[in-house]
Amino acid sequence: MSPLGWYEPGSSPLHRLAAGWKFLALLALAAAVFAVRSPWWLGGICAAVVFGYALARLPPRRCRQIALSLGGLVLFVFVLQWWLLGPDAAVLACLRIVAALGAANLFTLTTRVDDLVSTVERVTRSARLGLLVGLTLRAVTALSVVAVEVREAAKARGVERSAVAFAVPFLIRTLRHADELGEALAARGIGDEP
Amino acid sequence: MGGGVVIEFDGVGHSYGDRTVLSDVDLSLPQRRVAFIGANGSGKSTLARMINGLVQPTSGRVLVDGLDATRDGRAVRRRVGFVFTNPDSQIVMPTAGEDVAFSLRRTGLRAKERARRAAEVLDEYGLGGYADHPAHQLSGGQKQLLALCSMLVLEPSVLVCDEPTTLLDLRNTRRFVELLGRLSQQVVLVTHDLDLLGDFDRVIVIDRGRVVADDEPEPAVRFYAKLAAE
Repeated sequence: MSPLGWYEPGSSPLHRLAAGWKFLALLALAAAVFAVRSPWWLGGICAAVVFGYALARLPPRRCRQIALSLGGLVLFVFVLQWWLLGPDAAVLACLRIVAALGAANLFTLTTRVDDLVSTVERVTRSARLGLLVGLTLRAVTALSVVAVEVREAAKARGVERSAVAFAVPFLIRTLRHADELGEALAARGIGDEP
Repeated sequence: MGGGVVIEFDGVGHSYGDRTVLSDVDLSLPQRRVAFIGANGSGKSTLARMINGLVQPTSGRVLVDGLDATRDGRAVRRRVGFVFTNPDSQIVMPTAGEDVAFSLRRTGLRAKERARRAAEVLDEYGLGGYADHPAHQLSGGQKQLLALCSMLVLEPSVLVCDEPTTLLDLRNTRRFVELLGRLSQQVVLVTHDLDLLGDFDRVIVIDRGRVVADDEPEPAVRFYAKLAAE
């Protein structure tokens, strides 16, 4: 129900590294992962990401959680890619997923959203952009909770296979959430500054 | 310290299209503890939202401390904090400490100072040690406390609460209202929990968009109960 990696408090070198540099490193790594075509190089990047988890000294429980959900995804993609494109392409695609998603998770696990938002604000000189980043991350949690509740309600009525029974309440609850969030932001004085 | 702020409704009316939600509301609220009660859809939430300019009256005006809530919305919102029913839509940051610090974003304080103030406020209201805790994993009662902290850190002189206890269990409801009682702020509470109004100075009953009773808690609640039985 909760997304893979929210901030895990810690004092490792990765935690202390400035949010802006970490974010740039993540972007560079993601670009490299898609440019590199050698499975050996990709394997090396994956190993570096795994080393990053060790360096961040994350609790084993969180690592296991991430490994499990990432493992499920990788297995699914591997089977699909093998069937469609053959074993070589499947290995390449899976290494890319592990490297990119693993690094992205490592980033959110070791970075406070508040720090990221402050960095975006400082670099772009726009409070709105910073707020946008913060709210986008928050929306992921909020909407996944709504999705779970709507699915439960559909199940309770025995209509879990109906797309309408999911889509309509999900859409309505999302819109209502947007309304309430807007009001709450206004009440906290967001948007009052020119 | 809260005292001295007067909230005034001056011939206030509101309608969504041709549906009238409020009409002819004239109130002056200098008291420290005021409650609005009334049936679902009676217009009491709309009335509460006008105090900080979230909803603007279609006729008349609302004054807080002499400031027009529509024209001087920005200044009024700096004086008026607002706690909503559902804390899930008020919490905008992933952890409790970040959410409280988020309120201080525009104060010009440095990030460290903001975090320190946030931790102080969380500590003061029983959420000490939760600063790095994921906000969405707090219990319902804790979430509502967090929403309250995120408002109080801005030190408003008035706090408007729109059915803040509707989603809470009995224990958390009592605790929340007890806490409201201790605040230095002037409090305007919209509620359905009638047995919590004992300590209030003034209770106003709204029915179909009009003020139908305005009294001390006991007679006002009695009037409302009779109204509901009709």
